[in-house]
Amino acid sequence: MEKFDVIIVGGGLAGLAAAYTLAQQELEVLVLEKGDYPGAKNVTGGRIYVSPVRDLFPDLWAKAPLERFIAHEGVTMMAKERSVSIAYHGQELLEEPYQSYSILRAKFDRWFAKQAERKGAMLVTKSRVDEVIIEDGKVCGVWAGGDELRADVVIACDGVLSLTAEKAGLRKPGNPHDFAVGFKEVIELPAETIENRFNLTDNEGAAHMFMGEVTRGKFGGGFLYTNKESLSLGIVVGIKDLMEDQPAIEAPVLLDEFKQRPEIAALIRGGETVEYSAHVIPEGGLNALTKLTGNGIVVAGDAAGFSMNIGVTVRGMEYALASGYYAAQAVLKAREAEDYSAGSLAVYEQLLKDSFVMKDFNSFRNAPEALENPRLFTHYPELLGNVMRDMYHMPAGPKDRLYPTVMKYMKFNDLLKMFGDFRKVKKI
Amino acid sequence: MSDIMGLKAKLGLDVFKHDNEPHIKIKPGMERDPRLKRAVLVCPAGLYSLNAEGEVELTIDGCLECGTCRIACGVEVLDWNYPTGGAGVQFRFG
Repeated sequence: MEKFDVIIVGGGLAGLAAAYTLAQQELEVLVLEKGDYPGAKNVTGGRIYVSPVRDLFPDLWAKAPLERFIAHEGVTMMAKERSVSIAYHGQELLEEPYQSYSILRAKFDRWFAKQAERKGAMLVTKSRVDEVIIEDGKVCGVWAGGDELRADVVIACDGVLSLTAEKAGLRKPGNPHDFAVGFKEVIELPAETIENRFNLTDNEGAAHMFMGEVTRGKFGGGFLYTNKESLSLGIVVGIKDLMEDQPAIEAPVLLDEFKQRPEIAALIRGGETVEYSAHVIPEGGLNALTKLTGNGIVVAGDAAGFSMNIGVTVRGMEYALASGYYAAQAVLKAREAEDYSAGSLAVYEQLLKDSFVMKDFNSFRNAPEALENPRLFTHYPELLGNVMRDMYHMPAGPKDRLYPTVMKYMKFNDLLKMFGDFRKVKKI
Repeated sequence: MSDIMGLKAKLGLDVFKHDNEPHIKIKPGMERDPRLKRAVLVCPAGLYSLNAEGEVELTIDGCLECGTCRIACGVEVLDWNYPTGGAGVQFRFG
């Protein structure tokens, strides 16, 4: 049996953030990672917002292996046979410090783990946690690969399904309504080709979201991020919609259809797919967060449900980094008090409440419900496409005036429904 | 190629390390459970299929460990765990 100050289950962003922070304070920290290396089991769509967490890890960012800073944003409403896009370029996106970057997790997490190890954290890879040791109602350690490992406190950062938090009684197996699944291809292209196709200068990058037909009207969307020498192209779709909604469609087909859309096919032409990956994403918002603390245990990152979809942006990695950081701060406070009970560790919840993490989760607590409206993914993309088609159409004969052309889609009943949709959406 | 490739070919691009036993199993007697049929739709790797007898079958090779089947079908029909340490998918890009 071995005893540590802290055992961290999972070498993803939350776990490594906690390890990095605690090792800095010279605690004996053990990180258990089931993959061959940190990042081996981790998947992202592709973009990390650095600005909210920059100051929590001031020394980290200068050399971090991020891909491209996002200088160009775009969103496309996809109808069945046409699409309408909005592109956003702005001087503010070109100025340092850049707010977001495209990222590949196998690369980043492995590097981040090295930084945590340099601070003194101990990392054991290829190690799956099988059991949580609970004595007198307190978590005292874990069993991993036949080894009994003990600690004053365990931080569960083992991802969206967190079997560790589940075994400790802090969460139940998830409800499909609160989760989405993302799946993507990494498609390699020469840097120059990417820069030409997306109008990028040097290390600029582009991020593009797609909604509507891309998920056949189901809750979710498509995404495209430019990396240095590859594109991350994928789909996110709500699991409940995917398993219940008509028309029934197998998930992988959505991505194949997406790739065949003319809007996309031209961008990926000649590229070589080098990896196919998938992961569940927590999207239930505030109401789907798990219990954050128990006796001898704290939960951070996806394991706690810290990921959020508010339509134009989908965020998770910065919440993982921040919650890992605050979990570490809570452990340090508990250590001072020599008390690792749930009550003592609850300072974690207070730290999160005072930070952008819980402030965001409160601000956007109605987002999941507001976005649940199927009309957002079916009616509006088609409507917008039809309006554009009619406005741009030049008939052989005389052309109708523009105002009636548009207003024929906005009869009294349509407007009434739109007003209802607007009332829902404005809760975001 | 970034063209449309079969799922098998796509999964063939990924690095998988062998595990001694399947990490996800259909619980005995649950093969016809309606909850299990959801996996046929939701699995991004297409590892679940419905056979002629109306039973759901699972091929574990190519599992991306995404967790979708556990969320969609639930733990009453699936015996679900991650592969042994060091086994299973190892993403090189992620």
